[in-house]
Amino acid sequence: MIDRTRAAGVVRVVPNPDGDFMQDSSHLQTGRRGFTLFPRLSGAAAAGILIAIFLMAFLVLPVAQVIYVAFLDARSGAFTLQNFQDFFNTTLFRESFVNSFYVSAMSVVVATAIALPLAYITTRFNFAGTAAIQALGIIPLIMPPFVGAVAMSLLFGRNGSINLLLNQYLGFRIPFMEGLNGVILVQSIHYFPFILINLSASLRNIDRSMEEAAQNLGSHGMRMFRRIVFPLAMPGYLAGAALVFIKVFDDLGTPLLLNVNNMLAPQAYLRITGVGINDPMGYVISFILVAFSVFSLWASFLFMRGKDYATVQKGGGGLSRRDLKPREKLLAWAVILFILALVLSPHVGLLLLAFGTIWSFAPLPDGFTVQHFATIFTQSSQYVWNTLIYAGSAAVIDVVLGVGIAYIVIRTGLPGRKWLDYMATAALAVPGVVLGIGYLRMFHGIQLPFGLGQMSSFWGIIIVALAVRRLPYALRACMAALQQVSLSLEEAAESLGASRASTIRRIVVPLMAGGILAGFVTSFATAAVELSATIMLVGRSSDAPLAYGIYLYMQSPAGRGPGAALGILAVVIVALGTYLSQRIIERERRRQTMNGEPR
Amino acid sequence: MHKSLMLGTAALLVSTSLAGADTVTVVTSFPQDLTDPFKAAFEAAHPGTTLEVVSRNTNAAVSHLQETRSANSIDLMWASAPDAFEVLKTEGLLAKVEVQSEGIPDAIGGYPINDPDGSYFGFAASGYGIMYNTRYIQANDLPVAKEWEDLKRAEYNGHVAMSSPSRSGTTHLTVETLLQGEGWDQGWATWKWIAGNMNTVTERSFGVPDAVNSGATGFGIVIDFFGLASKASGFPVELVYPSVTAIVPANIGVIENAPNQEGAVKFVEFLLSPQGQQVLLNPAIMRLPVNPAAYENAPEGFPNPFSEDFAPGAIEFDVDKSGTRYSLVNSLFDVLVTYRLDDLRAAVSAVHKAEAAQAESGNAEAKAMIDEARALIEAMPITEEESLDPSFAEVFTISRADPETEVVGRQAEVEQSWDSFAVENYRKARELAEQAAAMQ
Repeated sequence: MIDRTRAAGVVRVVPNPDGDFMQDSSHLQTGRRGFTLFPRLSGAAAAGILIAIFLMAFLVLPVAQVIYVAFLDARSGAFTLQNFQDFFNTTLFRESFVNSFYVSAMSVVVATAIALPLAYITTRFNFAGTAAIQALGIIPLIMPPFVGAVAMSLLFGRNGSINLLLNQYLGFRIPFMEGLNGVILVQSIHYFPFILINLSASLRNIDRSMEEAAQNLGSHGMRMFRRIVFPLAMPGYLAGAALVFIKVFDDLGTPLLLNVNNMLAPQAYLRITGVGINDPMGYVISFILVAFSVFSLWASFLFMRGKDYATVQKGGGGLSRRDLKPREKLLAWAVILFILALVLSPHVGLLLLAFGTIWSFAPLPDGFTVQHFATIFTQSSQYVWNTLIYAGSAAVIDVVLGVGIAYIVIRTGLPGRKWLDYMATAALAVPGVVLGIGYLRMFHGIQLPFGLGQMSSFWGIIIVALAVRRLPYALRACMAALQQVSLSLEEAAESLGASRASTIRRIVVPLMAGGILAGFVTSFATAAVELSATIMLVGRSSDAPLAYGIYLYMQSPAGRGPGAALGILAVVIVALGTYLSQRIIERERRRQTMNGEPR
Repeated sequence: MHKSLMLGTAALLVSTSLAGADTVTVVTSFPQDLTDPFKAAFEAAHPGTTLEVVSRNTNAAVSHLQETRSANSIDLMWASAPDAFEVLKTEGLLAKVEVQSEGIPDAIGGYPINDPDGSYFGFAASGYGIMYNTRYIQANDLPVAKEWEDLKRAEYNGHVAMSSPSRSGTTHLTVETLLQGEGWDQGWATWKWIAGNMNTVTERSFGVPDAVNSGATGFGIVIDFFGLASKASGFPVELVYPSVTAIVPANIGVIENAPNQEGAVKFVEFLLSPQGQQVLLNPAIMRLPVNPAAYENAPEGFPNPFSEDFAPGAIEFDVDKSGTRYSLVNSLFDVLVTYRLDDLRAAVSAVHKAEAAQAESGNAEAKAMIDEARALIEAMPITEEESLDPSFAEVFTISRADPETEVVGRQAEVEQSWDSFAVENYRKARELAEQAAAMQ
């Protein structure tokens, strides 16, 4: 057990009476540098170079091969910045930029309003069904392509169930899914899990002594949450909020599904994917999306700079949990059930679609059947298996890279280390089709050994594409987790004679476990329903994942039911995986608490 | 860590990668409902040959063929959109092959069935129609719209959907057909009044039948088989053909450097044979055969584009005209309609309201203002001559433009000027209509 008094001494975030942070990290910063720079340069540098090569080969170069036309004169092929000037001279693009920014910022606000109560209640109180709530909270991320959109519009659309009922009984409609506000609603429901997962992981990592100190000084309730608990959980919250912001800014699926096209990402997509269109503006917008994402990330670094969130006490189970009074319990359940009903409604719609016969201009389907499941049963096992392999391997690659990059960025002084982070995060802004075309351009014609055929049609390349696209999710989670691990724990291990490698293996990684798992789960869940890059790269139908199967069904009116049934299958598989991993953390946490708790 | 995983599963892959002796690989945007029956029929007719179907949407299929041309592994491209085949043809990705077939006429509904150079072949035809949801129109008490003109009426405000012509080659042909049938200015005016009644312009062509099937919208401008197949799967929808319709062939073409060119030609010939044409009548497919003889076995009520009474107003489609301004028309539609749908809708609905008020009061001054507003909505930034001028039209296909042509301007620049033209006109039209309405 680590000495509490020493622990209190090295915690460097001290809220002062104004609620601001006092920053006294300067001398410690230099101390850290001197300590870390030399002994680990070789290992960390080698890892850094390997990661940089991976990112260059599978992200930067393929994407550069596609979007360099943004800098070319379309006619002569000469270098020019004219296209960028055109971008800023075009009213539509300027409006799109403002709309994208507004929608992203508002989505962060709404997503926070959804995620905060869930995270707080499940980590702060003894609450039945915490694991289930945390697992359910990730389901919104798993929105299968196309069918998800149909299910949403059948429930919330202008003539969806809710509006049909409202109109019939009360004589008015609510435009849930129209215009920019519709985009904000759908995006917040879809992406709030990023905040929930990262914030929960952060809250669990807070040193209980911080809270006790605050209580000793007379703080409690909301005031303590606002002044102590939430600021200490800031790395997780910011990680989640930055992800939501950048993701919403770069997302094209939702605006397209709502037919809102005066935003940047759909403008880029529409201009890139038209048959035979060579409008360079699509690539100019892609470039601007990437640049703006990196800029937002940099801004969030600025916000965090000079603050240290590490706490020494680990394995103490985070904040103390207390029991709720009956009235509070009722209130907590009411809040949670309301939020869950809201965020899970698209999946309820999906379920109705999968079991319904014909569902048209009616609050509910005309009848119910299991026929759609029978239809998919014969051919889905291949899809399921492929999805598990692809999404699982991609998520493993992501957490390995995520831990590596987080360690290099936070713990070493390698020159240019931040660029690893920027590069990896820029993947958020790269439309899937750009990455897909880039891979074809880069890897086509390369023959793999062992009879694996063309590299561009090898199924392994799908895994790499998924890993690259979902890396930012895992990376943010790992960064937040490492920010909360105090350097003094590593110093302690090393002064006791542990090597660098074994310190990482036995101290750092176990202490980051919650964050790593959060990263794994988000990468896995979202990779399981990815389509836009996959569809370019699937070479044979036997290599296809679930999302591709859904696409095949959704090309015809008769395929809507079976497509929804496949979507349900995807959701169930991912939800089961999440629930199991959630159970594992909970058990691990409880075990550690029992062993380590002195009281 | 992942390396060992990849190697571990590599062995598994080697066993599956050994293809059959005679395999024909086709990349297609068609649904399984269409490809499965053809696969079964073709493999039964040619024992020992396997048809390997790779499904991609049209855009992905074209990009994939462009990017992999150096080591092509695909024999055939099989899709609806004629524009996709035009792009492949201009880039030299389609092989010219000799195909034996009998009894197939040169044109269907005024549109040539095969590519004149023999690079690709029409194997089925589709017409454009208006699809509607019967429950929706009953609940909203709307009459059935039978003609494009009907969709302009005020009562359909907010009840119509279509896909953007830049996203769907078949929608493009419908837009172009009306432009050729009614003339440039009148044609565009019709499209703007219809668009003013729309609740969405979708990004995928399948988004329209999806919206009508769900009842999200009442009427959809769709390619016929979407409507016919939706009805066949039990949705409460119907399809009508307006008297001016575009008949568009769905195509197949052999890829240049096909690994199995002989097998590819065999499949094309099968598609065009009486046996292959018969498969199109399958209720899940519902496309119109290009061989008139195939209609003898067609079910009751199946539309026959070769019959006298089918779409009597069909025009002689000018392929050259359409080809010259293909991308220009797409871009113009997006700038004037798709991206400014809210502004256009507001203007159109203000005019409808003002007209209703004016009809009661008979105020002549208001009438003049409404006419002015209508003219503002209908105004076009360019004339038909400009649209056919290569030095202007090729602004939109600049990298494929004829090197001889002097191209003036850049796409972004032109679009910006159209955009400000449209936004300004729609705003003025709305203000005028609102003033006119307030006057009585």
